[in-house]
Amino acid sequence: MLILILLHALAALTALALGRRLGPRVFLVAALAPLVSVGLLAGRAPGVLDGRPVDEALRWAPSLGLVAAFRLDGFALLVGGLVAGIGVLVMVYASAYFHRGPAVGRAAALLVAFAGAMLGIVLADDLLLIYVFWELTSITSYLLIGIEDQKGSARAAALHALLVTGGGGLAMLGGFVLLGQEAGTYRLSEILAAPPSGGLVGPALALILVGAFTKSAQFPFHGWLPGAMSAPTPISAYLHSATMVKAGVYLIARLAPAFAAAVAFWRPTVVLVGLATMLLGGWRALRETDLKLLLAYGTVSQLGFMTTLFGVGLPEWTFAGAAILLTHALFKAALFMVVGIVDHQAGTRDLRHLGVLWRALPMTAAVAVVAAASMAGLPLLATFPAKEFAFEAALHGGLGRLDPVLAVGLVGGSALTAAYAFRFAWGAFIGGRGAQPTTAKPPARALLGPALVLSALSIALGVAPVLADKVVAPAAQALHADASGLHLALWHGITSALVASAIAVGVGVVLFVRRYAVVRLQRRLQVLPPASAVYARAIERLLHGADLVTGFVQNGSLPIYLGVILLTAVMLPAAHLVAGGSLPQQWVVAETPMQALVTVLTIGAAIGTAVAARRFVAVLFLGGVGYGVAVLFVIQGAPDLALTQFLVETLALVIFVLVLRHLPERFGGSPSRRSHVLRLAVAGIVGVFVTAFALVAAAARTGESVSEEFLARSLPEAGGRNVVNVILVDFRAIDTLGEITVLGVAALGVAALVRTKVDDDT
Amino acid sequence: MIVLLAVTVGALYAAGVYLLLQRTLTRIVIGLAVLAHGANLLLLLAGGRAGRAPIVDGEAGRVADPLPQALALTAIVIAFGVSAFLLALAHRSRRQTHDDIVQDDVEDRRIARMARGETHR
Repeated sequence: MLILILLHALAALTALALGRRLGPRVFLVAALAPLVSVGLLAGRAPGVLDGRPVDEALRWAPSLGLVAAFRLDGFALLVGGLVAGIGVLVMVYASAYFHRGPAVGRAAALLVAFAGAMLGIVLADDLLLIYVFWELTSITSYLLIGIEDQKGSARAAALHALLVTGGGGLAMLGGFVLLGQEAGTYRLSEILAAPPSGGLVGPALALILVGAFTKSAQFPFHGWLPGAMSAPTPISAYLHSATMVKAGVYLIARLAPAFAAAVAFWRPTVVLVGLATMLLGGWRALRETDLKLLLAYGTVSQLGFMTTLFGVGLPEWTFAGAAILLTHALFKAALFMVVGIVDHQAGTRDLRHLGVLWRALPMTAAVAVVAAASMAGLPLLATFPAKEFAFEAALHGGLGRLDPVLAVGLVGGSALTAAYAFRFAWGAFIGGRGAQPTTAKPPARALLGPALVLSALSIALGVAPVLADKVVAPAAQALHADASGLHLALWHGITSALVASAIAVGVGVVLFVRRYAVVRLQRRLQVLPPASAVYARAIERLLHGADLVTGFVQNGSLPIYLGVILLTAVMLPAAHLVAGGSLPQQWVVAETPMQALVTVLTIGAAIGTAVAARRFVAVLFLGGVGYGVAVLFVIQGAPDLALTQFLVETLALVIFVLVLRHLPERFGGSPSRRSHVLRLAVAGIVGVFVTAFALVAAAARTGESVSEEFLARSLPEAGGRNVVNVILVDFRAIDTLGEITVLGVAALGVAALVRTKVDDDT
Repeated sequence: MIVLLAVTVGALYAAGVYLLLQRTLTRIVIGLAVLAHGANLLLLLAGGRAGRAPIVDGEAGRVADPLPQALALTAIVIAFGVSAFLLALAHRSRRQTHDDIVQDDVEDRRIARMARGETHR
């Protein structure tokens, strides 16, 4: 299975390289990777469908517990088959849809890379691996939405999608880590076989749900999906209807059987969010006039439907979810392809400018009507038996207070779905625009073919549900061991589920017939701000917050930065000093009277440097400090140091004078009283701390100095009597080399600064 | 231990820090130099009491610790390099702006103004 994903990566690189030469035909090259996947999955299918999953694990970094584990079970086969199969069709479609251009190779590469990542999510059996593929789909989705990178709206929509799905992905990662720690393993199959029940499981699942909701565009995170429609239609058809947006649903489907009953908040949260999304999306779809946006809100609605079904976590519900997942992919991908054809051939996809398209595009219209009818849940089409199953489960009850909510919500959502399906088919293809036929050229075979295949499948699975049953039943069973014995059927008899279906379609027809009244009602009922406005406001707030923090922390003032650093450097060790330092036992004021005199003079000179108002005076005081310290070195028994200090101090004085010649005599600028006091305070604190530190540090010695060894080895080993010199040039010679290097670099810097010409305009 | 030396070290640090927090580059350079003197003295102080110069000549008596001396020697030379570099910087600053005042970072100030709503991005 790893080989399949690598194959997609290879195909992506190939497409990128060949894009310029082959033009849109490069999509056919890219299609080879999903085509091989279809073949491989089909080869494994017989065993998997019999309930024997295929496991594969690459021990990648065993010492870290990182194993690239894959698992192909019934559910992975269903979703993976959809990803690969629709991938092939979309790429064939794209080869006719795109025109030759610089972005074609990139689009093909990203599309096939996405297909590989999506396959990775479905096949991976390790939480961290799922996360990696999950983020890869977010990133490829970002790049694909913004593929027309000259359009500002496309870039903004891409960023919106990335921020929402990427943010959700981060939350999910946190959830995965918590869940993995609680379970003691990151293998998904092991976690589901023996679900952990520790205290962190609740927070873990809440975080994972945030990830799933953002990815599958659930309320209130749904705003990015309609925005993502600024991508070219093949991309919308593949990523934002058939596959990527189902990643969240996929995860919920996997986790629900193990956790829905055990974790109290799971079922109400997932069911209510799913239902709200289903109703909201359907309601919004009734208003849109852009066919693609209409479908996008329809997708939001259907994702809510699937979230609800899988979220319940009981066998019948899971079964219904798997069936809807399959049939939705078939009709929704077909519908998106149809919109692309209309846009491509008629030059618009706005309902207000389209009508009676069946005259100009008879085959396309047939495909569209079949797909829309399947979406509406009409009998003899694929969705009908699946929906029957869902209603059956909803009316069966057993979930307490959620029962009536579920029954009303699902029927209501289905009615809305039927209404916008009719609106789509009627408005563009059958009637619409005062029944004035729109003119359009017939589409290329590669454009129509894939949609035709999908609609034909919708009919086949509708007429013979037993075909769908062959993959749906093992998928449901892989999720839920108790799901065996459940089957799709064409005709259950006159049951309450059939009545519910009839009510849904009937209400849908009424909503469709009274569509203008519905639009008027919608305008009046606009209570919630649109999701895009909420997003824009959130981003604005975020940027303002970032400005506030940056403006405070990074205020651009060197003295403030230094002050903060100094105080931090003092506070931390000072705390230790107070807690654990001990003062020296014996106090000596000074070694000699001479030393006492020189220290006083040095302190005086130091104060002089600080208070001097003229540059020259300050530098002379600095010289005083230097010479004073040199004398202290002599008293301490360090003649080498004193000698160096005298030399360096003199040299420094000369350089100071050379530079100061050109500078004003007095220091400019008089700071405010407040900043003056602050400086004095910081300086005082540092001074007191260092004094205390010096006293404690000098008393802290417990062992012998390493210098005893240097003194002993100096003459016999290095042949030198001056131990300081021997340390510098022999024992610690590398340090001295470093010192010389620093001096060399400083000299280069000085030369560059002094000799380079000054630009007048800076 | 030698109280006066410790006090001197503290005084040198205080004066150095005070100068370091100024906006005039010359005073910052002087401050760094004063700080360096304080640091060198601190090193020496950590080596213990005074003694004879650490030279192997067969005489008896307490010898001053040579290791802090070697460290301080290195530090003196490096501090000199830093001073020279900063002075060159002050020199160039004077040639370009006719002064050696360290200004606030213009970009950073702009962000702070934006946060207060005085300008827009």
